[in-house]
Amino acid sequence: MGLRTPLYDTHVSQGAKIIDFGGWDMPLAFGSQLEEHHAVRRDAGIFDVSHMCVIDLMGARGREFLRFLLANDVGKLTIPGQALYSCMLLPAGGVIDDLIVYYMTESWFRLVVNAGTRHKDLAWIGEHAAAYEVAVRERTDLSMLAVQGPHAIAKTVALLSPPRRAAALQIARFSGAVLDSWFVSRTGYTGEDGFEIMLPAEEAADTWQALKAQGISPAGLGARDTLRLEAGMNLYGNDMDESRHPLESGLAWTVAFDPESREFIGRTALERVRQSSGLALVGLVLEERGVLRKSQQVSAAGEPSADEPRASPAPGEVTSGTFSPTLNRAIALARVPRGIGPQVRVDIRGKPHAARIVKPPFVRNGKALIQI
Amino acid sequence: MSNIPSDLQYTRSHEWVRGLPNGQVEVGITHHAQEALGDLVFVEVPQLDRRLTAGEPCAVVESVKAASDVYSPVSGRIVASNDDLAQRPELLNQDPYGAGWLIRIELDTSAPRGALLTAAEYAQFLAE
Repeated sequence: MGLRTPLYDTHVSQGAKIIDFGGWDMPLAFGSQLEEHHAVRRDAGIFDVSHMCVIDLMGARGREFLRFLLANDVGKLTIPGQALYSCMLLPAGGVIDDLIVYYMTESWFRLVVNAGTRHKDLAWIGEHAAAYEVAVRERTDLSMLAVQGPHAIAKTVALLSPPRRAAALQIARFSGAVLDSWFVSRTGYTGEDGFEIMLPAEEAADTWQALKAQGISPAGLGARDTLRLEAGMNLYGNDMDESRHPLESGLAWTVAFDPESREFIGRTALERVRQSSGLALVGLVLEERGVLRKSQQVSAAGEPSADEPRASPAPGEVTSGTFSPTLNRAIALARVPRGIGPQVRVDIRGKPHAARIVKPPFVRNGKALIQI
Repeated sequence: MSNIPSDLQYTRSHEWVRGLPNGQVEVGITHHAQEALGDLVFVEVPQLDRRLTAGEPCAVVESVKAASDVYSPVSGRIVASNDDLAQRPELLNQDPYGAGWLIRIELDTSAPRGALLTAAEYAQFLAE
């Protein structure tokens, strides 16, 4: 038996197919994964993301600490509630985890980190926090729901009392607000508008049912994965990990080299590879029928195919692949040599298949951004 | 509950076999298999005339989450494959014992017949 969120029994009673995800027993799908995907793109879906780890950092020097700990610069956060996506790096530049940091108050920053990395993250953060007199509190008392889709906000605020509703409707994109015992942010992992709600664990089941009663469709981790991949969002452990730095993981935009005076863990290593990183994380669209999957080999269109002898391994590899329900075509993220393509070849079960390099995202706000 | 028609034979790898009046057999994946795989989005069937040995991978079915091999329950030669699945792989989910059939095989009578399960045996196997 794995770890379970406060909603586990609710999921089982609703017929969810349960899988292990990072040590957690989580719903893969409640029915058709494709229908759950489309519900989020066209209407609204609700995900239990309580397995993710909420960490509060308390202390007057929190901002100074995070400017050293994270590759993105929390100096960009000027209004309480604002959120920032960042990598947390090893000194050598590898990615320990990707996370969201919320600026709550000057002495309170909130992090949301991945479920499967919580122990190493807490250890790493704790090790560095002491010098800044910052207290690290894991908020296991909170659950987290993600309500996503074009109608997610309207359907969610319909549940709220008038003052809460007014406050929720004021929340700007990539920002959040404390609404009594809830923290509601306009963030997500689907490429759609919506809320992520952190709330006391004992309120989770009732809130889930109330959101469902608003016509919001329960959705599992299966749909969450196809949605995030269509949105061009990385998954930790697939698209980056401790052996890969952000500049070869499509995450250069999250590394704040300016101001030059800011020292952060990993900076020196990234400065060294900044001009010479030979690999890039790109989007792929399969031009033929089939499905792209993690670990498939990617080579330039002119190179010998897999069934011919080859001196060296294929230069590129799919890091996340799936069938895109919105595009009705296989898509992927792949790490390839910079400058390769746009036409490439992917080996699927020993046979070469034509694919094209594109710039993610594939889909945003319900609309295809890639020509098929 | 899994749907297991009594007039078919089954394998432990979740294929079904239907005897046709002309002596050929039709092969597909079971209701249990499609349910476990989830929404199917791609099917790769073998070339016609290919000779198969019982237990050999003969098709690939891919759901959103994973690719799975389908193993030939019998030995013989492929005489037909279901072309509709190229455009409508969801037929495997919707009608696994009918419109979602995969291939038809002309049995190789010289090869030993694999041990196929009856519906009752397959139901017992799923329950274990």
